[in-house]
Amino acid sequence: MLDTDVSQATAWSEFRSRLDEVDDTERDELLAARARAVRRDVVGMISGAGQGHIGGDFSVTDILTALFSAVLRIDPTRPDWAERDRFILSKGHCSAALYATLAETGYFSRDELTTFMEPLSALNGHPNRNKVPGVETNTGPLGHGLPVAVGQAIAAKLTGTGARVFAVMGDGEMQEGSNWEALMAGAHHRLDNLTAVVDRNRLQQGARTEDTNGLDPLDEKLAAFGWEVRVVDGHDFSALIEAFGPSTTGSPVAVVAQTVKGKGVSFIEDRVEWHHKVPTADQVRTALEELA
Amino acid sequence: MTTTAPTPTGADLPVHDNRKAFAEELAALARVDDRIVAVCNDSVGSSNLTDFRDEFPDRLVNVGIAEQDMVGVGAGLASAGMIPFVCAAAPFLTGRSLEQIKADVAYSQHAVILCGMSPGMAYGELGPTHHSVEDLSWLRALPGLDIVVPADRLQTRQAVRAAVEHPRPTFIRVGRHKVPDVTPEGSVLERGRFQQLRDGRDITLVATGTLVSRALVAAELLAAEGVQARVLNAWSIAPFDVDAIEAAARETGGIVTAEEANVAGGLGAAVASVVGQLPGDSRVGLRLLGLTEFAPTGSTDFLLEHFGLTADSIVAAAREVAGRG
Repeated sequence: MLDTDVSQATAWSEFRSRLDEVDDTERDELLAARARAVRRDVVGMISGAGQGHIGGDFSVTDILTALFSAVLRIDPTRPDWAERDRFILSKGHCSAALYATLAETGYFSRDELTTFMEPLSALNGHPNRNKVPGVETNTGPLGHGLPVAVGQAIAAKLTGTGARVFAVMGDGEMQEGSNWEALMAGAHHRLDNLTAVVDRNRLQQGARTEDTNGLDPLDEKLAAFGWEVRVVDGHDFSALIEAFGPSTTGSPVAVVAQTVKGKGVSFIEDRVEWHHKVPTADQVRTALEELA
Repeated sequence: MTTTAPTPTGADLPVHDNRKAFAEELAALARVDDRIVAVCNDSVGSSNLTDFRDEFPDRLVNVGIAEQDMVGVGAGLASAGMIPFVCAAAPFLTGRSLEQIKADVAYSQHAVILCGMSPGMAYGELGPTHHSVEDLSWLRALPGLDIVVPADRLQTRQAVRAAVEHPRPTFIRVGRHKVPDVTPEGSVLERGRFQQLRDGRDITLVATGTLVSRALVAAELLAAEGVQARVLNAWSIAPFDVDAIEAAARETGGIVTAEEANVAGGLGAAVASVVGQLPGDSRVGLRLLGLTEFAPTGSTDFLLEHFGLTADSIVAAAREVAGRG
């Protein structure tokens, strides 16, 4: 298990306090700068490892940045704190963005990021909770995160910790039946402490979702399953932070975050081949310039 | 000298449905430990959880007919400090949600207690879709998951208690087909250690679950012929008691395994993999009794006999292995 990076955790804590002090415009600028730093880390990790899922990493980065910097009630120096909010990245193939975010938050040293997918690294291609603090459950096969999140939300109700639970799914992942089992259970049990986020980048590994096994109208489907649905721009920090607010109806909340796969780097954006393509040295240089 | 041989199925002894002992023990523990929750897939009745629901309505999570969600919910509950007993008919619990058991329970190391109700061919005439004879094979391939097959009521209670005292990812086969009690008074379960119910040097009978009482009857029958059989109750399929099998190979003339499961990957395969890796002069004759194909229509007793899972068949196999067949 990796160790907390105390100085990084302190820096995160100070950053978080600063977000509370500034107006929304400045807050969003600070978060955007932080998200660019995460994306730069991801570029380095994936080019170093020679593999990864850069498109989905970039579509989910702003969601992760908003949650870890401005929403989740967490303490990276106490990853086992019983009353912490829970976060599950169900789309576990986007581990690079998660690891970069967790390191930025102080769960472990940023130096560790260079080991991404190296032999015996804690930073496997898909996250392992027994190696990486801040990871709540092992994901990778799709359709696993939301059922676990339902269980965590039920536990929070039973124990009265007041913890909230967030799970982020890819949109292609919503083709998995287990998600719809969990959506039924979440609504049935009135889990108003649970938020399911769909990273709606409209692309899956081989093609557009709507050309594969169409999801639209996703918002109406989620609403029909009994969830309080919020459709937002998944790259607008104010909109995300508002959408991550508590339920107003007593039902669990589903956030459809409309995103761009590959967001932030022009030649990667919205291109199906960049699901898991690896940038060349020249492309790395260009990408880092665009993310400066 | 034996004057009346026991019947081949041990039917002269009172027999019991282990699900009742399971439910009673779970409720008793839940009264003093509020971390205990039960999770089920509409199987409140068939998992014997009706009383639990009435006594602890908030701690019975029925997710409906949705086994993948059920196991994931169990993992979430465990990750938040609860002790979830996830109860469902064994074939659906293990087959439908195998990937959840792999990723969310075993690999994640969330201490979920998976309770496979009515395993083996307990559902007799309902057929292979409802039989759970693949579970031992599937689950034995998952590191970090204990597999417990209680042979009787006392072992069922002990398995439930152990799961609460030391929560870890565990699968418990909770038998529905009625069996006699076989556990000696005052015995304890030592994790990963088989229970030796009888000693002998001529042959070792390794049985699990339903087959343990039948192996004991077989040992009586063999004794009447002058063959002394060691009987091991393989209640812990994982961790597996390698030492007990090595000792059996060293100290007795052969090994017969018997399980209400497919031999491709179950108890028999586990024993064979231990014996097969011993030095040549330590290897002994083996016979593996269990299923090799989908069952035809029939009651549980009929099917056990059909697949040679009776005391008489164990005796015949023992004779062959011991060179007396």
